[in-house]
Amino acid sequence: MSSVRVLVGTRKGAFILTSDGARKRWEVQGQHFGGWELYHIKGSPIDPNRLYASQTSSWFGQVIQRSDDGGKTWNAPGTKPEDLMGSDSMPKGESNMFLYDTSAETGKPLTTHQHYDGSQRPWEFKRVWHLEPSLTDPDTVYAGVEDAALFRSTDGGRTWQELAGLRDVKGNLWQPGAGGMCLHTVMLDRTNPQRIYTAVSAAGAFRTDDGGKTWRAINRGLKSQYELPDQDADVGHCVHRIAMHPSRPNVLFMQKHWDVLRSDDAGESWHEVSGNLPTDFGFPIDVHAHEPNTIYVVPIKSDSEHYPPDGKLRMYRSRTGGNEWEALTKGLPQENCYVNILRDAMTVDQLDPCGIYFGTTGGQVYGSADGGDSWAPIVRDLPAVLSVEVQTL
Amino acid sequence: MIRVVLPAHLRTLARVSGEVTIEVNGPVTQRAVLDALEARYPMLRGTVRDHVTQKRRAFVRFFACEQDLSHESPDMPLPDAVVTGSEPFLIVGAMAGG
Repeated sequence: MSSVRVLVGTRKGAFILTSDGARKRWEVQGQHFGGWELYHIKGSPIDPNRLYASQTSSWFGQVIQRSDDGGKTWNAPGTKPEDLMGSDSMPKGESNMFLYDTSAETGKPLTTHQHYDGSQRPWEFKRVWHLEPSLTDPDTVYAGVEDAALFRSTDGGRTWQELAGLRDVKGNLWQPGAGGMCLHTVMLDRTNPQRIYTAVSAAGAFRTDDGGKTWRAINRGLKSQYELPDQDADVGHCVHRIAMHPSRPNVLFMQKHWDVLRSDDAGESWHEVSGNLPTDFGFPIDVHAHEPNTIYVVPIKSDSEHYPPDGKLRMYRSRTGGNEWEALTKGLPQENCYVNILRDAMTVDQLDPCGIYFGTTGGQVYGSADGGDSWAPIVRDLPAVLSVEVQTL
Repeated sequence: MIRVVLPAHLRTLARVSGEVTIEVNGPVTQRAVLDALEARYPMLRGTVRDHVTQKRRAFVRFFACEQDLSHESPDMPLPDAVVTGSEPFLIVGAMAGG
């Protein structure tokens, strides 16, 4: 029987939840990296024992951790005894070094972006929000960081290089949202290795078709009338999350600050599919593993009230690719619930029926083993959950 | 030998317990101590000082001999008691909520 391994990042450490294919009984492992913020943990699609984790702290900065045994043991890449000496016989320890590309070769002086007060500020690295392992090489992994940029490592996380062309796309107009100016979504296209999608809060969605060298904004159809002076601007939109089904890489679904949207042409244009949602503000969005037109969102009351409407935690499912939504409530608290679900805190497994998991800022991780029809808490009292990923083993 | 006391999270990261001792060649300054510390424990690079500016991270403090040396020049000689090893150089996580 298959099994699942759920990787949970929280404000105070990481936890690994495992179960067999029935997904009824769970074992909770951890706490790993206690006291540190674990923004994201994700496994390689082709080597499930290879996990990458973003460990960060206001005190001690960024650490990248890697496990080669499915999360039992962890090392900062390049700091194991056999890795310590570089070619010049000096220890390296570069795995947490995210340096923006200012090289003359690529012609990228350190550019500036818009700050909260309207002034221009130079890019300054703060933390890694999202790690996206390559679909084909376990040693290649992408990192979406704050201040918003995309980095790539091809040596298992030991060293990182920025794909600086992204900042060329009107970067001077990008600005931080309340959570910081973060690149939080990285999506790789199984059918086209040169194509990568990213999303930045608050700048919008972007696509490269040449492996990350050049980029362009893909925000046509987004409307931000409450956030931007020009609601149809090329960049500046507060995109919260994008999702796609691997079998239909040209069909994208987006949870924006307000609005749920869909693109059927790889982001060239978007149209709203919020339909009958009680509110179209929210953070995560995801697609069913076996039904490319079935999508999930968690509506949140408003931009200034980050909790479910009416104190009822309701997942919404559309089986029609948007517009027509049904509330999924069985097993979820339907009174006095005021948690939030952050953008990287929802995921789906590959089993049949499809499992869905999400974590809350109240420290609960809920799971559904039947496509969202019913839910049960896997664990209730963790620190605030920042991210949830699942591996189907 | 210079004695260095790391905060708990950095001891975990460096996989050490208790204080660490390092050898410093030449004048014993903050910069020299931190250079030697990072050479021996490369996983600490970027956690005490910024990778680019080499400045102390905002929520890190340096104490020794009951003095706060955080705002001293990184090239100022450390107290004799640190140089002789009778007192440790303390790297401390600053008081800051949460």
